[in-house]
Amino acid sequence: MKNDVNGVALGVFVFFFLAVTAVGFLAARWRRADNLMHLDEWGLGGRSFGTWVTWFLLGGDLYTAYTFVAVPAAIYGAGASGFFAVPYTIVAYPLVFLFLPRLWSVSHKHGYVTSSDFIRGRFDSRLLSVAVALTGILATMPYIALQLVGIQAVLDVLGIGGGDSTNWFVKDLPLLIAFALLAAYTYSSGLRAPALIAFVKDALIYLVIAVAIIYIPYKLGGFDDIFHKASTAYAVKNPATGKPRGALTVAPAGQWSYATLALGSAMALFLYPHSVTAVLAGKNRNVIRRNTTILPLYSLMLGLLAMLGFMAVADGVGKGVKGYNAQLAIPQLFENIFPSWFAGVAFAAIGIGALVPAAIMSIAAANLFTRNIYKDVFRPQATAAEETRVSKLVSLVVKVGALAFVLSMDKTVAINFQLLGGIWILQTVPAIVGGLFTRWFHRWALLAGWAVGMAYGTWKAYEQSSPTQAHFGGSAANIPGIGKLGYIGLTAFVLNVAVVVVLTLVLRAVRAPQGVDRTSLADYTVEAEGEGKPLTGPGSEPGVEGGGLPEPAGA
Amino acid sequence: MPTEPGEHPQPPSSTPVVTLSRVAAGVCLIIPFVALMWVGSYSRTSPSLIGIPFFYWYQLAWVPVASLLTYTAYLLVRREERARKGGDAR
Repeated sequence: MKNDVNGVALGVFVFFFLAVTAVGFLAARWRRADNLMHLDEWGLGGRSFGTWVTWFLLGGDLYTAYTFVAVPAAIYGAGASGFFAVPYTIVAYPLVFLFLPRLWSVSHKHGYVTSSDFIRGRFDSRLLSVAVALTGILATMPYIALQLVGIQAVLDVLGIGGGDSTNWFVKDLPLLIAFALLAAYTYSSGLRAPALIAFVKDALIYLVIAVAIIYIPYKLGGFDDIFHKASTAYAVKNPATGKPRGALTVAPAGQWSYATLALGSAMALFLYPHSVTAVLAGKNRNVIRRNTTILPLYSLMLGLLAMLGFMAVADGVGKGVKGYNAQLAIPQLFENIFPSWFAGVAFAAIGIGALVPAAIMSIAAANLFTRNIYKDVFRPQATAAEETRVSKLVSLVVKVGALAFVLSMDKTVAINFQLLGGIWILQTVPAIVGGLFTRWFHRWALLAGWAVGMAYGTWKAYEQSSPTQAHFGGSAANIPGIGKLGYIGLTAFVLNVAVVVVLTLVLRAVRAPQGVDRTSLADYTVEAEGEGKPLTGPGSEPGVEGGGLPEPAGA
Repeated sequence: MPTEPGEHPQPPSSTPVVTLSRVAAGVCLIIPFVALMWVGSYSRTSPSLIGIPFFYWYQLAWVPVASLLTYTAYLLVRREERARKGGDAR
């Protein structure tokens, strides 16, 4: 691995970075509203984004260092099994099509900013809403940490990540500076900053992919050669375990795990606080629906990027280096193959591609804390301005928490950061998605199911070891009753649902208090004002129980 | 999915819950799941396309297909919503 600083690449990288920072600060003026100190303004951009801005924002939000670094690194490390990210992002959208428009409508009607707001209104349970909020904040931390790992990988390859000889402060200084700038403009501009930067990010990313997917195979002798070399490299047996490194297809033993990782990740995707934030910032219901049909463009990009993992193998990146950090493979491939100036552009794309989601994620986690913990539990009388102040401060705290994750945890299996977050966030599915369709589940049963799912998932994840880590080293474990490896998050989710259903039957039988539902059936299909009258018909999604309310639901 | 308890009674005159376009939209949304979760159906290397093994190009090909299916579901649902809105605005 080269560790000398590449002046040209570094110069280009710094240029883009500074440009983006300037955009971030100027964003506060974009579509400026009267009152930036309202949480709707800082945290949801005034709920004014149309289809295209939402598309960029969601793209900036969902396609992160996970896409640019972690997935190709997983492919680089083990081959086909890392490709589950492609079916994951394909099936995510049909799933989202079913429930997000309902979440948008009910949130619009009642002024909800977070999914916990909805839980509180729907189930009248402060405990359940706090549980969902805490889960969201907890699950976001490793996800933000993954973004930082991505930035760090780029900095390492640029040669400014610091060698082993330097002390930790000098070593991490560039990361800390990048981070401080991110924190500063998020603080001042709120959601407008990442929404605007997302344009720059996507332009850069598409440019880099278009070039990479044509230029690199050309340099490496075509896809035939790439896959041939990769196949040879994967067949080499690891002397320690006696197993080959990977394969070009998924063997029957790994297919359950492939499918459950894809399905579990897809179900988790839109429950993260940052996805909810981006969805609620859309200005109407059809913005969300239309986006589920155009967002898959990014999935194509993810698939193409994933194949860069094979190209890194074929190029011999990290070959023969003991304990090579797979996260460095893609940036290293860019440095090896591209001319310096374009390597700089590619690094900027990855770096900014990690910063945008990190900003949105920290805003979302901050909104959650402020609305559902600070205001609900500690200071119910807080004003809108006070809420915004607290949110801004918490967005800083969350970032520092994520930084602590990165500086202290093993980073060679970055994809596990995201999968760990997924295990946790999946446990909120019964309450949030279930709650969007039915009030049948009992609030206490949901709470118990959540607790069981969280405990089981965390325990199983803790048990997984990898060659570099004693705990939290993997995300797949034996599925009880099926006897195959599968995603822990999904197993925990099934357990969670089972507990919820059984306890709901029991609690309903003993007539435990249900709480007051502040939402009505019509709220779930409300349109934005000025888009015609709210629908009074039954739920607009297929397979949903109907029964329209006769009275108008004036939004 | 269990139904709502009796707090919001269904008006007797409302249009049926299960309609042809809803079922069609549901089918459009389910197809990608069946295709992609059935890993055994595509976990092989041949036939390859411009040197890319089957496993990879097949899954990538599902991106536009799934997108079109979701779009079809969107059109079906939107058409029905408009029809209902027209019916309700007396």
